[in-house]
Amino acid sequence: MNPLSMPGSRRARRSAAAVAVLLLTGCSGKQSVLDTAGVQAERIGSLWWFTLAICAVVYLIVMALLVATIVRRRRGAMREAPEVRPEPSEDRRTTRLVAIGVALTIAILLVFLVADFITGRKLGDLDGSDALVIEVIGHQWWWEVHYADSIPANRVVTANEIHIPVGRTVMFKLSSSDVIHSFWVPRLHGKKDMIPGYVNTAWLRADSPGVFRGQCAEFCGYQHAKMGLTVVAEPPASFQRWAAAQRLPAAVPSDPIRLRGRQVFLAGQCIMCHTITGTPAGGKVAPDLTHVASRGTIAAGSLPNTTGNLAGWILDPQSIKPGCNMPANTLAPDDLQALLAYLGSLR
Amino acid sequence: MARASSIHRLALPLAAGILLMSCEREARRFHEAPPSSGNARTITMSELQPGVAVPPAETVNQYEKNGWALSEGKRLYGWYNCSGCHAQGGGGMGPPLMDDEWIYGSDPANIFATIVEGRPNGMPSFRGRISDNDVWKLVAYVRSLSGQVDKDVSPGRDDDMSKRVQEQSKTPEPQRQSSTPPASQRSGSTGRKR
Repeated sequence: MNPLSMPGSRRARRSAAAVAVLLLTGCSGKQSVLDTAGVQAERIGSLWWFTLAICAVVYLIVMALLVATIVRRRRGAMREAPEVRPEPSEDRRTTRLVAIGVALTIAILLVFLVADFITGRKLGDLDGSDALVIEVIGHQWWWEVHYADSIPANRVVTANEIHIPVGRTVMFKLSSSDVIHSFWVPRLHGKKDMIPGYVNTAWLRADSPGVFRGQCAEFCGYQHAKMGLTVVAEPPASFQRWAAAQRLPAAVPSDPIRLRGRQVFLAGQCIMCHTITGTPAGGKVAPDLTHVASRGTIAAGSLPNTTGNLAGWILDPQSIKPGCNMPANTLAPDDLQALLAYLGSLR
Repeated sequence: MARASSIHRLALPLAAGILLMSCEREARRFHEAPPSSGNARTITMSELQPGVAVPPAETVNQYEKNGWALSEGKRLYGWYNCSGCHAQGGGGMGPPLMDDEWIYGSDPANIFATIVEGRPNGMPSFRGRISDNDVWKLVAYVRSLSGQVDKDVSPGRDDDMSKRVQEQSKTPEPQRQSSTPPASQRSGSTGRKR
């Protein structure tokens, strides 16, 4: 039935139901600020709910007063404009009411100020002993990730996907290689800017396992909108297994097709920008591909990591992320298949 | 009264003209075929020809009118480590790029061939490693290092520590071709003797 031809009350009920559904589904999701998975996001979230509650009450009071004045005006019979003349008792009453309103407003704002301050202090109060240190460097338009360790052999270099252990404090050291980016994983923490020439720190802790999506939160150029990030929080044992696998260089494949794919990789444009440890490819200006097949997404979270998507991305990245820094690649079909087989083996 | 209205009638076309002047300079074409890629084949190694000598057609690199292409060329110059041998145009292991002496020619097609084919004594061949489009962008940028590209499209001041005069402020000098490749001039590998 055409919504516009429905009777008014039915239309109103239908649209109210639709709005309710929309509002409720906005709460959950892997990138939802309200669906918190870490202690920092919870602190920010509780401040938000507190502010929302008070503002909602104030809003209802103000609306009630507004409705009351409209209704009262309509009830009284006004045949002509009232004379404006000073009436001391009436004026004193009005002045007192306005003063009370202003005082209440100031009090509420002071409450907000204190709540804000307390939340800010709490955000800086996370036990940092035995923190995992991860350096994230923002590039246009991808994320370079280094896991720091005093033993160089234990360091992990990856891109666009960060794994962290559940229940352990993580310290992110954030910087940028070109313009200002911003590190934002809504389910875990607020936004932290990544400023070139400066190292910003963000402390957080994931309290439940899951896959959380992040997004660059500071406009950084053509593909700012597609500069996504994945943070995977997993149990400590699982995290150690992942880190151990990430430390290994890419082995020379024995399969002839994959070997041919490795040759295609090393003979083409790829080595100018990308690194695969275990091969002579050592480019530093594009994501590290040593374990690209272990990631859930490619192109900084903008495509699921499937063979088809990888093929499309390699052949013509400009059609997916126009303006990004990766050039198109012309590959013969056999070469492309071999390359996909090789990249798919890099777990 | 009549003068005011004639000025008003000119205002719109004038504004349109001024705005349209920067169309080519500011265009961002992310998806395109390489410009004049066929022209690189007009380079010859010798000026001698049988019969009547036909001078080769001068290559025009469309990217020299596009500011974005020049800034991309500057990015690629840094990314692909051209400065490892050529520094920021001042030279080192490789010859300077900001001067007026060109061993293998300063025509865009010559520079394209230099990058793609490589040259004796250390210039690598980038054929198959850099797409044609990107090589033409580098060609345009290299020419801007010696001031041969218009000032309004050349890159401006560096964000980081300035090692040289910015490309858009370089004064172009007439380009000379030195006739002797460096192998016969150089004694040892300490650099070209000039």
